[in-house]
Amino acid sequence: MAASKKTKPKKSTLKVGQDELLGYYRDMLLIRRFEEKAGQLYGMGQIAGFCHLYIGQEAVVVGCRSAMQEGDQMITGYRDHGHMLACGMESRGVMAELTGRSGGYSRGKGGSMHMFSTEKKFYGGHGIVGAQVPLGAGLGFANKYLDNGAVSLAFFGDGASNQGQVYETFNMAKLWDLPVVFVIENNQYAMGTSVERSSAETELFKRGISFEIEGVQVDGMNVMAVRDAAQKAITHARSGKGPMILEMKTYRYRGHSMSDPAKYRSRDEVTKTRSESDPIDMVRARLLDEKWADDDSLKAIDKEIKAIVADAAEFAQTSPEPDPSELYTDVLLDAEV
Amino acid sequence: MAIDIQMPALSPTMEEGTLSKWLVKEGDTVRSGDILAEIETDKATMEVESIDEGTVGKIVVAAGTDNVKVGAVILQLLEEGESASDLGAATAAPEPAPVQAETSPEPMSEPTPAPVMSSSAPMTAQIANDPDIPTNIKMVETTVRDALRDAMAEEMRRDETVFVMGEEVAQYQGAYKVTRDLLQEFGERRVIDTPITEHGFAGIGCGAAMGGLRPIVEFMTWNFAMQAIDHIINSAAKTLYMSGGQMRCPIVFRGPNGAASRVGAQHSHDYSSWYANVPGLKVVAPYDAADAKGLLKAAIRDPNPVVFLEHELLYGESFDVPDMDDFLIPIGKAKIRRIGTDVTLVAHSRMVGRCLEAAEILAGAGIDAEVIDLRTIRPLDSDTVIESVKKTNRLVCAEEGWGQSGIGAEIAARVVAEAFDYLDAPPERVFQVDVPLPYAANLEAMSLPGTEDVVAAAKKVCYVD
Repeated sequence: MAASKKTKPKKSTLKVGQDELLGYYRDMLLIRRFEEKAGQLYGMGQIAGFCHLYIGQEAVVVGCRSAMQEGDQMITGYRDHGHMLACGMESRGVMAELTGRSGGYSRGKGGSMHMFSTEKKFYGGHGIVGAQVPLGAGLGFANKYLDNGAVSLAFFGDGASNQGQVYETFNMAKLWDLPVVFVIENNQYAMGTSVERSSAETELFKRGISFEIEGVQVDGMNVMAVRDAAQKAITHARSGKGPMILEMKTYRYRGHSMSDPAKYRSRDEVTKTRSESDPIDMVRARLLDEKWADDDSLKAIDKEIKAIVADAAEFAQTSPEPDPSELYTDVLLDAEV
Repeated sequence: MAIDIQMPALSPTMEEGTLSKWLVKEGDTVRSGDILAEIETDKATMEVESIDEGTVGKIVVAAGTDNVKVGAVILQLLEEGESASDLGAATAAPEPAPVQAETSPEPMSEPTPAPVMSSSAPMTAQIANDPDIPTNIKMVETTVRDALRDAMAEEMRRDETVFVMGEEVAQYQGAYKVTRDLLQEFGERRVIDTPITEHGFAGIGCGAAMGGLRPIVEFMTWNFAMQAIDHIINSAAKTLYMSGGQMRCPIVFRGPNGAASRVGAQHSHDYSSWYANVPGLKVVAPYDAADAKGLLKAAIRDPNPVVFLEHELLYGESFDVPDMDDFLIPIGKAKIRRIGTDVTLVAHSRMVGRCLEAAEILAGAGIDAEVIDLRTIRPLDSDTVIESVKKTNRLVCAEEGWGQSGIGAEIAARVVAEAFDYLDAPPERVFQVDVPLPYAANLEAMSLPGTEDVVAAAKKVCYVD
């Protein structure tokens, strides 16, 4: 049951195919460019409230998603734009929700932190730190009850990993061997508080030991390493052996939210991470090394992604605000009784 | 003098029980710690230990006797050197003396329960017909506890996705025996004991509901649900709206709410107004067994999250329940329990019984009270109240919880806003004294609103001394 060893960030030599790697590149780049655009729209006052960008962490969700099967579910906290795009939700609908327009996934009533797609098996989008963890285990509970073979992936950060309900959930998830994978996105700062300053045990993959939950620390900047770890954990959960914990060591380049000046860490720290272990640069280098792509073909992908994001931004700014009548809808469903 | 061993109270709310079996016989020597008898309450079978030493002089209450009142002498023990001639006459009716329990005496501070009104009571003419119950239907006397159990069992038979989870709901058969026999019928896949982690299992329940199931989450009491209130409100109530109508969370949170008896401030909180404040929830608080059954069935079928507030002191009370295959009561409709012309008394849950008692007393004083049982407090059926006030011109709102921002405050505000010209007196509110509920019997009784408080308030709005 012991937690396994760390893997160190390195140039990835993990096994991967051409189409697969190009897919990762495209998916991660879409998230990156989407988030950059969201940041820009926020600065223009088109997006309001809280807006938590995923820039730097793209490999975590893209790697996990590639290990998931049809019917598997995903749930996360408030830093959720990347997860939605990885699940195949439309850029337009996500961006229009950020701008609070009727074309958004929640028709403008949810905002950045509250979007869902039952069709794409994305269950939110939750604003209360840690709440998505029991909810995700509950999805796993339903999977087991319905015997549908699906696995639920519950994403949360290093900050949420100190919440009491996370441990209540670990206990029940293992007690009942629920098909759920707990993905801790350790970006090293809970808002402004570093893991060292907030956590007695900083190796978060060990947090399941007293619940007999196996934990693995993963280089969350390496999409192939993420994929491999996620495949193993998902297979474990699907086979009826219960949950696993994946600690993804990752990093966010931007502040906690748009309103965070990020004074708690040095500029150098951010720059160093960006230059040495950027998940997209790593994949790009490998594509070029393997001669699976050249500068021109990568430029073509960049252009294509840019167009998708520009279209989403255009849609998000032109989609009308919700009709005033929407104020009163979706509070309760009609009872069939 | 011989030692009188009395029928013990085995829970804060027990008033009587069945002496099912003696484990000693007359002439036996008994030591402290020996088991004397088995006693069956509506909740459990428990053993009675002796705390004294001596010889069993006389078994006063025979094995198999039902309805033995707490405090009644059940056995007389002879101390060393005593003989049968030392046996005094056992008092049949208990003194108000403290009951011999294992360690702490528990005098029953609770006033005698409300005389139960049923359709066979002599005041039939004054009871409103229940439009939810067809005429000529057979009635079966059922406790609120069993009515709730029957509701869950029926819905679990009907819908495979309905399941129950909570602390002690399965093997223990429910801390208050509301889930009795469900494990036997439905098995451990659908009747699930949880660890004592309200926050966690409420969240798992919400997630299971989002994943396509219909969970019934039992809180041992609503007091413990404060640990879980984030999921009830943020996860269950708000998600439909935040998702633009995509995400459903059909879940029932249920358990006993409000004051029980002598359990102190942390176990005696009425949360009616807390949950009534939240859009996206339905909040139900039934009084009698028929409503408990019909409303719980409706709650389980409802596609929305429902907070179902039961009352521990009503669990053991019996009422008529219609013997129907599928008896449902729509959520959101108040019920006129007594038709009257002079004053409208509005209440929910246990205070309905107090209002019905008050109405009888008021009738003796020439005041004809109408009693409205809200049954659901969100959505709140203020139309029924307002129509009544237009007829009676006087309003008394009664609740067990505190007054500030309470259910009565809400009703009074709506009535004043919508029927101001009909009022002949300012509305009166009856509620718990504005302090945490005390433990001491006298202080507890002073804190909680009772029949007399309702009578006084009604007289006040009628300008009668």
